[in-house]
Amino acid sequence: MAIAGEDFSVIASDTRLSQGFSIHSRDLPKTYKLSNSTVLGACGFHGDVLTLTKVINARLKIYENEHHKKMSTTAIAAMLSTMLYYRRFFPYYVYNIVAGLDDEGKGCVFSFDPVGSYERESYRAGGSASSMLQPLLDNQIGFKNQQGVERLPLSKDKVVNLVKDVFISASERDIYTGDGIIINIITKDGVQEERFPLRRD
Amino acid sequence: MAATLAAEPITGGFSFENCRRNASLEKMGIKPPTAYKTGTTIAGVVFKDGVVLGADTRATEDTVVADKNCSKIHYIAPNIYCCGAGTAADTEMTTNMISSQIELHRLNTGRTPRVCTANRLLKQFLFRYHGYISAALVLGGVDTTGSYLYSIHPHGSTDKLPYVTMGSGSLAAMAVFEDGFKAEMEKEKAMKLVRDAIAAGIFNDLGSGSNVDLCIITKDKVEYLRPYDEANLKGVRQGNYRYKKGTTAVLKKEVVKSMFEVVKTQVKTTKPESMDTT
Amino acid sequence: METQFTTEFWRNGPTPGGLYQFPGQGNNQKVSQYGPAKHTLNLSRLMKVNDSTIIGAGGDYADYQFLKSLIEQRVIEEECLNDGFNYTPNSLYSWLTRVMYNRRSNFNPLWNVFVVGGLQNGEPFLGYIDKIGIAYQAPTIATGYGAYIAQPLLREAYEKNPNMSLTDAERHIDRCLKILYYRDARSLNKYEVAIVTKDGSIVKGPISSNPNWEVAKMIKGYE
Repeated sequence: MAIAGEDFSVIASDTRLSQGFSIHSRDLPKTYKLSNSTVLGACGFHGDVLTLTKVINARLKIYENEHHKKMSTTAIAAMLSTMLYYRRFFPYYVYNIVAGLDDEGKGCVFSFDPVGSYERESYRAGGSASSMLQPLLDNQIGFKNQQGVERLPLSKDKVVNLVKDVFISASERDIYTGDGIIINIITKDGVQEERFPLRRD
Repeated sequence: MAATLAAEPITGGFSFENCRRNASLEKMGIKPPTAYKTGTTIAGVVFKDGVVLGADTRATEDTVVADKNCSKIHYIAPNIYCCGAGTAADTEMTTNMISSQIELHRLNTGRTPRVCTANRLLKQFLFRYHGYISAALVLGGVDTTGSYLYSIHPHGSTDKLPYVTMGSGSLAAMAVFEDGFKAEMEKEKAMKLVRDAIAAGIFNDLGSGSNVDLCIITKDKVEYLRPYDEANLKGVRQGNYRYKKGTTAVLKKEVVKSMFEVVKTQVKTTKPESMDTT
Repeated sequence: METQFTTEFWRNGPTPGGLYQFPGQGNNQKVSQYGPAKHTLNLSRLMKVNDSTIIGAGGDYADYQFLKSLIEQRVIEEECLNDGFNYTPNSLYSWLTRVMYNRRSNFNPLWNVFVVGGLQNGEPFLGYIDKIGIAYQAPTIATGYGAYIAQPLLREAYEKNPNMSLTDAERHIDRCLKILYYRDARSLNKYEVAIVTKDGSIVKGPISSNPNWEVAKMIKGYE
């Protein structure tokens, strides 16, 4: 899941990899750092996730060598969309969220479906517990169904704490969420990582 | 009989009257409702003076945890308990039904019920339904002839063994038993072994989770420990999620005068209580 | 013309062979399993790739032999270059990931599960790859039936002592394989162990563990 702030964005995932009723790994983050200002969150079929991230990283290197600059977050999102739609009839079974800073230094979040439809949002939850997380984010960040709320700009600490709480709740009710989370905080100074343990059952 | 508006059950047993309708609904592509399952790790061992039964406490509905602290060790008789895995309703009803039959049997005979009796009743009941009653059970108890432990499969087959496991976490739990089981164990050792077996299921099987319940049955005592161990502690909330005053929309305001009829008026003086100065 | 690939296969045992490893001291172990027929073949499913890399396989034996010959050829070609470079666990793992994923994407998977072990720059390495291209690294790995039976025991042992010695690791492997012999109807009491240390890699065995059937005496009837 990812949240965009004024001059930062936060993207976090749990670290459990499972298949059926068994746990493959307790320490496998589903966030992938693409550059100093962009992090990708990808879940779904792990084989496709591995392939997709490998191809993205290769494309980023090609871009860097051709243009002598790093690819921006918005450009990465646009590229990812075409990469996904390229496989329209044999899709990567992957749900993507791209978080980072845009060209103006503002926090941004892009969410994708497996075949390349995407949009810019200010917050998004994806994956097995997304149907539990998204309503909470709608409430806490979107202030949906509330009246006369003061919309103060989000602080980094509040967002990080909210992310932790949201994952604590998800691990209570979703059997595929647990073990731990990795929170990536993207600011103009780069990507900072924070770990937080979850229940392991 | 068929024309009554609210049909009452006439005899015992299941009603199959919607079977045909449901089959045709399914053909039309309507999904049947899902039942709660107790994904479950349940286990038991025989030790020196009795039996230890153990269970996790998670009930799931597909991939969602439906109950974080459900009870899976069911009462059969004062000296017999039964762990259930499978469809929650089936394990609950089956054990309840057999429990009442055992109680009637006890009243008729005036003797302590035997574990083998409960086992027979359960397996014959389940066998009748060809496995459609999805109850996988671990039955344990102590009677006048000794301590017994059975595993009963949904189709009605049974095993009588010194240590058994059932449910989706049964392999993890059995690995712990195979590793650590000894004959004629002390109570503490047996309890630790069962706890470890259930914990292995809780941590390695996604269908099992939350706490460990234990039930220790000996000749003259039953200890039902629930929870025996909280294998997982819930994370501590960082933020505060109370709604600020005035954020809930007021859709309509109306003041209604309530109509009272004065029946009697009384004026009373009450003495104020003296202050406690101690 | 339409092309069809077969998904029918032979494998040595209906459950993919268990493969159990400890990276504590760069130690990798596996069990061989044998077919449902009355074969008692000594089929090894462990392969020494070089002094720092080993792999073990479960699933279809023909597919494993095919991949094994491929790897052997690549190792020879690498040797011929004589440039001081060799396959490392990570490079082999990464390559296998691509092979497996590409085969599944062509609807013609290699019906195997692989575990790659070894020392990568002096650090223990342990990776898992399956027939559809799922891959990850973890401190303990078990496949097939072993994922259900051995993995809980290995995880606990590893959590208690993340820096276990080679003897400790071997003891845990034996413990797990013994229990797999008890509980997996198609396993035999015979296994091999592959070990990588800084002194090189070896495949040991076949080894038999020492089973205990004392409980059998406690079991009479089923009612």
